[in-house]
Amino acid sequence: MSNVVSALQGVSADGYVEVQEMGLQGMLTLRGDLSMAKLAKAVKAAVGVEMPKQRKINLNGQTGAAWMSPDELLLIMPHAQATATAAKLTKALGKTHSLVANVSDARVVFTLSGKGAREVVAKLAPVDMQALKKGEIRRSRMAQVPAAFWLSGKDEITIVAFRSVATYVFDLLANAAAPGGEVDAY
Amino acid sequence: MLILECPYCGVKAEETELHAGGEAHLTRHATGSTDDELKFYLFQRKNPKGVHFERWRHVNGCGKWFHAARCTMTLEVFGTYSAQTFEPPKALLSSIKAKRPDWQAT
Repeated sequence: MSNVVSALQGVSADGYVEVQEMGLQGMLTLRGDLSMAKLAKAVKAAVGVEMPKQRKINLNGQTGAAWMSPDELLLIMPHAQATATAAKLTKALGKTHSLVANVSDARVVFTLSGKGAREVVAKLAPVDMQALKKGEIRRSRMAQVPAAFWLSGKDEITIVAFRSVATYVFDLLANAAAPGGEVDAY
Repeated sequence: MLILECPYCGVKAEETELHAGGEAHLTRHATGSTDDELKFYLFQRKNPKGVHFERWRHVNGCGKWFHAARCTMTLEVFGTYSAQTFEPPKALLSSIKAKRPDWQAT
């Protein structure tokens, strides 16, 4: 069995906001007609949360579901459970027109923690961070690459990006959070 | 800066989060069309000073294509609407007409 490691193996940077790579995270992409009751039921059975409404993320401990587009969900679970959950979900959906893909190892997850977390994201993404509410996921870009983020706690933001650009995103965040870069915008 | 509201995810997306897709509501002339029709479909685009209908893609977001009506001169956005349509919604057309009485839908 190969030794599964996350993109940056838990690297962190201490600035006025702390940037931390979160290690392995199980993630599935589910595509299909989100308004179907069968889909909602399968999602509930797989990750134990209700079907999220537009732009919302429903989290329950280590599992959850996030609305990515009108026909796409991101399902979150511990890394070790991803393969089994994907199989279970595929089976539950049967012939329903849908797709389940295990994208755990195609992604990287970071958290920003500290008072200026919103500000660090605002430096990099064209998003009104003041308006971002708890329980909402926002897909956007960070500098030149796509990223999605949500408020995961008080003064804490979780960011998901593609693994292939993990170093780029980490460098961006570390630079934006470097001491002396405080704007005190929020 | 141009801000368009994506009709699929409801995000007020700033221009750099979007990708422009050119003129909207083109008729795709292919097999069986005349040379002129094909020429106009492939190469001829409207370039109005004023009201324009365009296709945009929310590329750094939900990834969906949608339509937008805006003024190329003032950058005023009249509205955005779904891609699953052959023509702009009636309500949008009348609101544009109210703002730009001289404008003629073609």
